[in-house]
Formats: sequence, structure tokens, C-alpha cells
Amino acid sequence: MNSGGALTQALVVAFSAAFTGNILLTQFLGMCPFLSVSRQVKTSLGLGWAVVFVLTGTCMINWVVYRYVLMPLNLEFLRFIMFIIMIAAFVQFVEMVLDRYSPALYQSLGIFLPLITVNCAILGACLFMVIREYSFLDTVAFGLGSGFGWMLAILAMAGIREKLKSDKIPAGLQGPGITLIIVGLMALAFIGFTGVLSGN
Amino acid sequence: MTEILLSVLIVSAIAAVLAAVLVVAQRFMANYGECGIKVNDSKTITVQGGSTLLESLSQNKIFIPSACGGRGTCAYCKVKVLEGGGPVVPTEEPYLDAEEKKNGVRLSCQVKVRNDLRIEIPEELLSIREYACTCTKIIDLTHDIKEFRLELKEPAEMSYIPGQYVQLFSPAYDDKEEVYRAYSIASDPADKKYVDLVIRLVPGGICTTWCFEHLKEGGEVRINGPYGKFGLSGSEAPMIFVAGGSGMAPMKCILHHMKNSGNKRKTTYFFGANQVRELFYLDLMKEFEQSLDSFHFVPVVSKPGDGEKWEGETGLVTDALRRNVKDAAGCEGYLCGSPGMIDAAVKVLVELGMPENKIFYDKF
Repeated sequence: MNSGGALTQALVVAFSAAFTGNILLTQFLGMCPFLSVSRQVKTSLGLGWAVVFVLTGTCMINWVVYRYVLMPLNLEFLRFIMFIIMIAAFVQFVEMVLDRYSPALYQSLGIFLPLITVNCAILGACLFMVIREYSFLDTVAFGLGSGFGWMLAILAMAGIREKLKSDKIPAGLQGPGITLIIVGLMALAFIGFTGVLSGN
Repeated sequence: MTEILLSVLIVSAIAAVLAAVLVVAQRFMANYGECGIKVNDSKTITVQGGSTLLESLSQNKIFIPSACGGRGTCAYCKVKVLEGGGPVVPTEEPYLDAEEKKNGVRLSCQVKVRNDLRIEIPEELLSIREYACTCTKIIDLTHDIKEFRLELKEPAEMSYIPGQYVQLFSPAYDDKEEVYRAYSIASDPADKKYVDLVIRLVPGGICTTWCFEHLKEGGEVRINGPYGKFGLSGSEAPMIFVAGGSGMAPMKCILHHMKNSGNKRKTTYFFGANQVRELFYLDLMKEFEQSLDSFHFVPVVSKPGDGEKWEGETGLVTDALRRNVKDAAGCEGYLCGSPGMIDAAVKVLVELGMPENKIFYDKF
């Protein structure tokens, strides 16, 4: 495969991670912060960027660790604990960076930044990358694509919820109820992307 | 076997590397270096960046009132941050109105010191300290009011504006928690080594019960202060003092100060009590009448008890005001006592022509 082919392949991976295989709307990973931080577009955007950054970063680091530490030593079974440790450390690091350079974002993400640590979307993406035997370039593309896909989903949700604020919603459906229904509709819409990439 | 050892080794090694990276990051990233905080455009304090403004200030002996201990819930610790505070963070939003945001008011417990700051705090907060004292004398003034003389140990002197108050620390005893309660300073401000407090026993009161039953002569006491804006105006207008019970304290302090400074303002002091036995400091007030040019003390007893001989004013202190003050238009009023007494006295003084902005009071 020439370099052009590898790049195309990476683009396809990124596109499919963001749309056809959206980690949130088709895999339903990372629901917890998705439901609780999607009230405002502004905060969602912040959390979205945090996820993009953490996802891409951890996928890359974990790929290196998996490929060059675990595989040569035949210790692949350690990948769960190793990935978790790497993610935890990486989030700590991101927290420090945010605290230093963007205090307002740091304050508004509050408890959710550490929550990303135990977010299944992050671990899920790392495991997918192993299962699907991605190359390093594919992994970067996959991380970015998944992250942006997640951000796209939470931004859309926040936009819808901001619009809903002034609408009358039956008492029983307020809050998580209506949010889950909207997620369902959005997921249905995303199924429409299935088959777009089937040629590849 | 080797596989187990190798696994443990690898996991430990990677964890160690990550820990080391985090420690280094902490060292360089969370290190904000030394930051200068310029207070009221006069003095600059240098602090190690990274902690909150509230902590940094209290480490430098500037005590900003805070009841919640920096959790961002009481909103007492507001200060003006003129430069370098960064954007208002979401945890502050609920406590600041539009006017405050425009003026740069922030919660000092939520502002992190990351760079040089320029802040503005009320001048009186700069002189607030905590004082360790010894209670050297306890005098019974009436059946339920005592005077406590506190000798300042560390720091050994306190400067304050006559009329200000201090907070007395009452340690935990029996099943009562520790509390701070405010008491006006009653002593002669020229005598900076002592603080006298006049305290009336409040039935069931945590701090007053501690003072009356647990505090003995020679006992250790902690106070902080001075606080408050109650005190003489700079004008020359004649003054009417109205006080009841332990409301005597700031008036006594102000009178000492007037005597020390040769203040000649015409002053009439109405002091209300239920019974004759509740009057105190009568001799001292006589002395003030002699040493001050135009000071007049009017004790008012509402209902003299059976067998009590009383020839002075009777009735409520407000009745005495109506009888003795013809026109209060050009006067200033200084009130200290229970909210009920103050509200009633304010009403009467306004009726007698005193503008409301010339009435100063300390409610407790």
C-alpha cells in the first residue's frame, strides 16, 4: 500500500468513526457525560474538545504501549489495566493543562473532567483500535474521528435542549426522559449513514 | 511464573514512569512562581502562586470574612479584583449581580492567584488581626451584665475606631460547638493594651453562657477585629445617644475618646433600663458630665421596682426622647441596643425632625 493509499485509508477510518460508527450514537458509549453536560452549547463544546483531546491522545499513547511493550512481551492480556492507567494519567495531565491555561473551562467542566477518565468511550475506542488492528496513522485518525463524532453528537443535543428549554414538556418526560428519546431519534438518523462506506 | 513476574514488573514500571511525568508536570505546570498582590494601590504582598486569593491573603495576615471556609457558598469573601483576576468562573456567577461584575467584584475563595493581581478591599479589613488575651478582671455591673477586661498578649496592642466591635471566640464546651460572637469595645481607646467588653447574659446563649460560667479571671481568650463602621461622624452637629443594656459599650468608648480628644460637641445620652437595679456606670457618666463641656446623661427607668427610689426620667426611652428633645432637625443620632429599641427610637427621632441619613446605629 503506497502512502496515498494509507492516507485515504486513514481518512476513511476517521469518517466512519465520526459518522457511520459514531461512538455515541451507534455504539452508545460515553452516555453519562452526554446526558448530564448537554444543557448548554458552551459547556458541551468545552467537554467535546476535552474528549477529542483525551481520545486522540490516549489512543496514540496506548497504541505505542500496546505495540511496543505488550505485544513483544506477549502480555496482551494486560491491555485493560494498562489502558486504564494510561488514560487516568493522561486525564490528570489534561486537568493540569486546563487549570493553567483555561481556568474558566476548568471550572465549568468541574467534576466531568475527572469523569472522562472512567468514560467507557475512551476505553472503548482504545480497545476497538486493538481489535481492528489499526496502524498508527489509522489510530490517530480513529481517535480524532471518534472524538469529533462524540462532540458533534453532544453539540447537536445541547442545541436541541437549549431550544427545548422554552417548550412545554410533559412532567414525566422532563430531563433525562426527553433527552433519551432525542438520543434515540438522533441514533436513527445516524443509521442513515450506514452503507455509505460499504464499498470500502 | 516468569509471565506473572513480568506482568507485575511492566505494570509497576509504567505506573512509575507516569507518576514521574505527573510530578514533573506538577512542578512546572502548576508552578506559577511568585506573584505580587497589590492591595489598595498601596502595599504589595508577594505570595507563591497557585492557591486561592483568600488563602494567600490570610497567609499574609489579611483576614477577609469567610463563613464557609472557601467553598464558595457564603459569599462573604467578596473583594474587588481590578487587574489579573481572569474571567468570572461559573461557581461565582450566582453570587454576583450585574453591578458587582461590572466593578470587578469577585469571591476571593474562587479566584486563583496565577499572576500579579491588583485588588481593592475595605481599608478596615487591613487592620483586622487575631489577638490572644488574658481575662484579667470580671466586674458585675448588674444582675445579668458583666464587664470583662481583656489584656492583649499577642499582638500586645490594638488600634480601633471608637464604636467598632471585636469577635470573641467561645471554645467548645459541654455539648456546645465553638462559635464567634461580636461585642462592642467599651474601653478607653487611649489604653491600647486592654479591651473591655460589656456582656449581658442571654439565657441559652452559647457564648454569653461560656463567658459567665466558664471564663474566670486569668483565663485565656481569643478575639479578632476590629470590625464595623459605627462611630462618630466628622461633623460638629449636636448629638443624641440612645442605648439600652449592653448597648452602653460603644457609647462608653466614644465618650472616652471625646474626652481624650477634647471634643466639644453638645451631647445628650439617653440610657434606658427596666428597673433602677439595671442601671450601671452612673458614677462614670457623672465624671464625663464634669469633664466634657456639654455632655448630659439621662438615665430612663421604665418601671421602678417596689421599694426602689427613683427621681429621674420614667417610661420608655422613646418617651423621654419626646419629652426632652424639642427639635432634632440639626442633630445626629447614635443608637445602640436591641432591634426593637432601635426601630422605635429611629421612628421617634424622624418624627422629631432628624433626617434618616443622620441616624447611625448598631443593632444586636
